[in-house]
Amino acid sequence: MYYDKLIFEISTDNHVGYSLPQSNIKPHTLDNTFLRDDELYLPEVSEVEAVRHYTNVSFKNFGIEKGFYPLGSCTMKYNPKINQDISNNPAFHLHPNQSLNTAQGNLEIYYETQRILSELSGLDAFSLNPYAGAHGELVGLMIIKKYHADNKDTKRTKIIVPDSAHGTNPASASVAGFDAIEVKSNEDGTVKLKDLKAQLGDDTAGIMLTNPNTLGIFEKDIIEIAKLVHEAGGLLYYDGANLNPLLGKVRPGDMGFDIMHINLHKTFSTPHGGGGPGSGPVGVKAYLKDYLPNPQIVKEDDTYTLKTNDKAIGQISHFYGNFGVYIKAYTYLLTIGKEHFKHIGQNSVLNANYIKESLKDNYKLPIKAICKHEFVFDGLKDKSSGVTTLDIAKRLLDYDVHPPTIYFPLVFKESLMIEPPETESKAAIDNFISVMKQVAKEAKENPDLVKNAPHTTIVKRLDEASAARNPRVKYRDLL
Amino acid sequence: MFKYIPHTEAEIKEMLQVIGVKDIDDLFLEIPKKLKDFEFNVPHSHSELEIYQRFNELANKNQQLISFIGAGAYDHYTPSVIRHIIERQEFLTAYTPYQPEISQGTLQYIFEYQSIITELTNMYVANASMYDGATATAEAMFMATAKKKRQKILVSSTLNPNIKKVIETYAKYRDIQVDYIKEENGQTSIKDFTTKNSKDHAGVIVQSPNFYGIIEDLTPYRSVLDETKGLLIVNSDISTNSLLKPAGDFGADIAVGDAQALGVPLSYGGPYIGYIATTKKLMRKMPGRICGVTEDTDNKRSFVLTLQAREQHIRREKANSNICSNQSLLALLVTVYSAVMGKKGLKEAQQISINNTHYLYNKLIKLDTFEAVYDAEFFKDVVVKTTLDIVTLQQHLNKNGFTSGLHLGDYNKDQTQHLLFSATEKRTQAEIDAFIDCLEVL
Repeated sequence: MYYDKLIFEISTDNHVGYSLPQSNIKPHTLDNTFLRDDELYLPEVSEVEAVRHYTNVSFKNFGIEKGFYPLGSCTMKYNPKINQDISNNPAFHLHPNQSLNTAQGNLEIYYETQRILSELSGLDAFSLNPYAGAHGELVGLMIIKKYHADNKDTKRTKIIVPDSAHGTNPASASVAGFDAIEVKSNEDGTVKLKDLKAQLGDDTAGIMLTNPNTLGIFEKDIIEIAKLVHEAGGLLYYDGANLNPLLGKVRPGDMGFDIMHINLHKTFSTPHGGGGPGSGPVGVKAYLKDYLPNPQIVKEDDTYTLKTNDKAIGQISHFYGNFGVYIKAYTYLLTIGKEHFKHIGQNSVLNANYIKESLKDNYKLPIKAICKHEFVFDGLKDKSSGVTTLDIAKRLLDYDVHPPTIYFPLVFKESLMIEPPETESKAAIDNFISVMKQVAKEAKENPDLVKNAPHTTIVKRLDEASAARNPRVKYRDLL
Repeated sequence: MFKYIPHTEAEIKEMLQVIGVKDIDDLFLEIPKKLKDFEFNVPHSHSELEIYQRFNELANKNQQLISFIGAGAYDHYTPSVIRHIIERQEFLTAYTPYQPEISQGTLQYIFEYQSIITELTNMYVANASMYDGATATAEAMFMATAKKKRQKILVSSTLNPNIKKVIETYAKYRDIQVDYIKEENGQTSIKDFTTKNSKDHAGVIVQSPNFYGIIEDLTPYRSVLDETKGLLIVNSDISTNSLLKPAGDFGADIAVGDAQALGVPLSYGGPYIGYIATTKKLMRKMPGRICGVTEDTDNKRSFVLTLQAREQHIRREKANSNICSNQSLLALLVTVYSAVMGKKGLKEAQQISINNTHYLYNKLIKLDTFEAVYDAEFFKDVVVKTTLDIVTLQQHLNKNGFTSGLHLGDYNKDQTQHLLFSATEKRTQAEIDAFIDCLEVL
């Protein structure tokens, strides 16, 4: 296929896709010893060749404007157009080092966004510097470490992480120099108070929790958990990946959490971008405010300015985070406004429970309680055909539905984790339900059809093992 | 009910019936009552028109200036094509490519991106992107300390101070000791490097062109490091490698840095994009996503995320990095930029920036109030010293629609009268002349 080629494969010598102005300024020739001595090998294409190439590349992708993404713990909601238009406004595209009095508008956006996030989460201050959720986790854990160190409490080396947690949690704990201690949770993913008590001690630095957890269950003992952890001298970290269902209903700060991150690309609709850029603001209670990463953006009288705080964990980004992302989040926050935050929480929870109840006769539902934004099926209810969760996921592709998150959380063998955000209408949800029922029916009547899916996508199932065995990772490896 | 939340009251009622509860609040019964009672002070819901009004208000609080600052964020030209491509919903709204059958678009451009990065750096393999150059450099440090099982790292003093600060933060929490190599005439002192390098150091991080814009001689490092089996980590603004000999040519183990200068708009500091490229030997120590080639069941060439056993979602607490997917859309931006500019355009944009910065520099040092600082070949940043009061200078330039240069005194108390300037291909001769005229009256 003509359009299946790589940009390198459509390159023709001396094709150009750009134009730059001519100048009368005398060229400066760099010292020859510094210059490349090989011929740079990059594509040469005309503008139309480039546009057509990438347009055709784009056709190989799914996207939110095409269809539904019931991806658990990822909150794939509609990305409003106005967010993009606002962020494109050149009036905001300043150099990050231009003097602060000429960038007051941008700094106000930063300040106001962190203020609204504080209000929504029940915390007292946010830094928007962290670039992504995982980055936010790392920052949060550094805060915990610095806080204990400042209190000369250096034996606190352990971070407790439930086994149902996102993989980044234990990884972030390690990268921040902690030992991650995994604790078994109850069947519904909630914290086993007895086990938690046994773990807590004078070596506990803190605990990382997702609430609702990855099974969509709200940690109803959270006040008790917070009390226990605080009594043991530890801090509570809230992984904000699952914040969406709680918007306008309940706040992590009120539950007793000391620190949290928010994934703006999830809860606040800045797009996922095919895997970034995200933004992972970190919020804290007042007593930890000074620990937020430098530079801190503060308001003095009526002027916004940067502050380097000696107590801070340090600097974790070159500048002030992903401005182009949080300007979109700010747009979204203003659009939703006080009136509608609770409808986000409510309607996402409504969608999730509606799907759960509608499909529980076809798929195995290990946790039957009312869920929040997401829930998990453990594969098909009738597994006699041998159809797996992977097969179901691949068959959904034939129906123009992005598969749910699969094989996570790890507590079930055939996890299918479903999260329908509030932006999905009842009709879209009903369509998903009927597709899921159809796939369950096919699994019974014609299992090979499902096992060999997908059938309609531009590529079929891939040989992932050979890709890892013999890595070919650039164009030159194909020559 | 609301434009982003479609449910009507009737639909909600119908759905609640299926669930078997009466009221939507019944879905939140397990949440302790006292947690539900709170007040929050946030703005009212804004219509689109009100949103535009609000942002016009904010825009008016900014001042759009003609920029003569570089220092790691460059005001290069972004061709129109780019925005149109990256805003296609298939790219903008897609999820991370875990389902390769419907993510071949993302995976293909990541593969092209990796190819472009390896061509520019002459390294074996690149990952699918990093947050920015500073965090990428910190990750490179982690690669080195993990590989070498050594807890010290050498860092050149001529590294961008913001990158230094990020490295220091990351190092501190993992008990890694950062030892700085002295600078001499704005360049890394090779003598000091040779003296300080030891078998306790996992390697060295050196930047070229460095923070001052000076092109460093990277030749001496490899042989010195071979004696201690340390790793060579070279930080470069990757756009400079369209012209300059890249890290791979100096036997670097890791090439790292920012790729913002390949067409990424300034956007007040982010989102930008960092890169990491390394050798075949170190490939499995590299953080982040890597895209590889494979075949589907019909033997059709296809792309897939590979070598995932390195990553946090598999290794959890044993992972050396917590990086997930991150700057994918920026990787697309850099890829499209590199494609439309091609090898000629990439070089031309940098060469004009070099010419403009030199033109600006030569005019600046002819002024009575400015003088040269270093005598070395520089790229598109340059340091000058001024006798003028820095605040007066800045206010005067801002009032006339220009930025000043970056004030180095903010980073180094020995450089209180030093400024770092840059003039990209976007600056015209007329703008530079007007800038100089504006300085002349001071």
